[in-house]
Amino acid sequence: MNPAAFTCLSVLTLACAIGVVLNRNVVNSAMCLLLCLAGIAGLFVQLHAYFLAFILVLVYAGAVVALFLFIIMLLDMQGGAPWRFRLVRALAGFAAAALLASGLGLLAARARLAAGAPAASAVGSSLKLYAYQLFTTYLLPVEVIGFLLLVAMVGVVVVSRKPEEGPE
Amino acid sequence: MTPSLEAYVLLSAALFAVGFLGVLVRRNTLVIYMCLELMLVAATLALVAFSRFNGTEDGDVFVFFILTVAAAEVAVGLAIIVALFRARGTVEVDRLDSLRH
Repeated sequence: MNPAAFTCLSVLTLACAIGVVLNRNVVNSAMCLLLCLAGIAGLFVQLHAYFLAFILVLVYAGAVVALFLFIIMLLDMQGGAPWRFRLVRALAGFAAAALLASGLGLLAARARLAAGAPAASAVGSSLKLYAYQLFTTYLLPVEVIGFLLLVAMVGVVVVSRKPEEGPE
Repeated sequence: MTPSLEAYVLLSAALFAVGFLGVLVRRNTLVIYMCLELMLVAATLALVAFSRFNGTEDGDVFVFFILTVAAAEVAVGLAIIVALFRARGTVEVDRLDSLRH
């Protein structure tokens, strides 16, 4: 865990997250989200969670952001619809977010977290141990997740059907 | 001199707050959805950091489940947004106010 790499990656991640929020163009927001996810994947690598970094890039950068861009293209929103800036709403939003950030920050700063060095052996980097956990302790959640994916797939097919066909 | 657990948790909190801000101030449903994803990813970062610093891998397994659920959620949510656009012709939150009146 390199401190310089951590600083660079966290600055990149935070800047891109702010870019997602403040960008007028939806496509630029999606691109900022992509960069932000790349930064998070880098942080996962720093934490020796190589498998999760790979999965994050594959699922989020590969599938989710591509799906977002596809929907943006489908709804033809690129460039158009600049967001109207309303002062009261923006102030309230900033105040609420600052409140949340300060609360979470105080919690993190005051809690007695594990002092100093991380565990010597990077457990998360061993794919074998990971798979062992998935298929012993967490077997039931894996089954439930599989069922959830099936339900989501059927749901998406039902929701995106053309309305005029109708049931029956 | 490695970054401490507090640094990771603070970064995660900041990311979560930025996502929350986006949900509050943006009016476009797609951008709100992206900010929701940002909040989910911030939570996963905290979980991975806790898991690494505690020497267990339960947090990593939870992140695996979170990523799966997030993928399913994005698929369903975007399908709903497309259906909404088909029905109403807009995805701006300001103009989706049928329940207000």
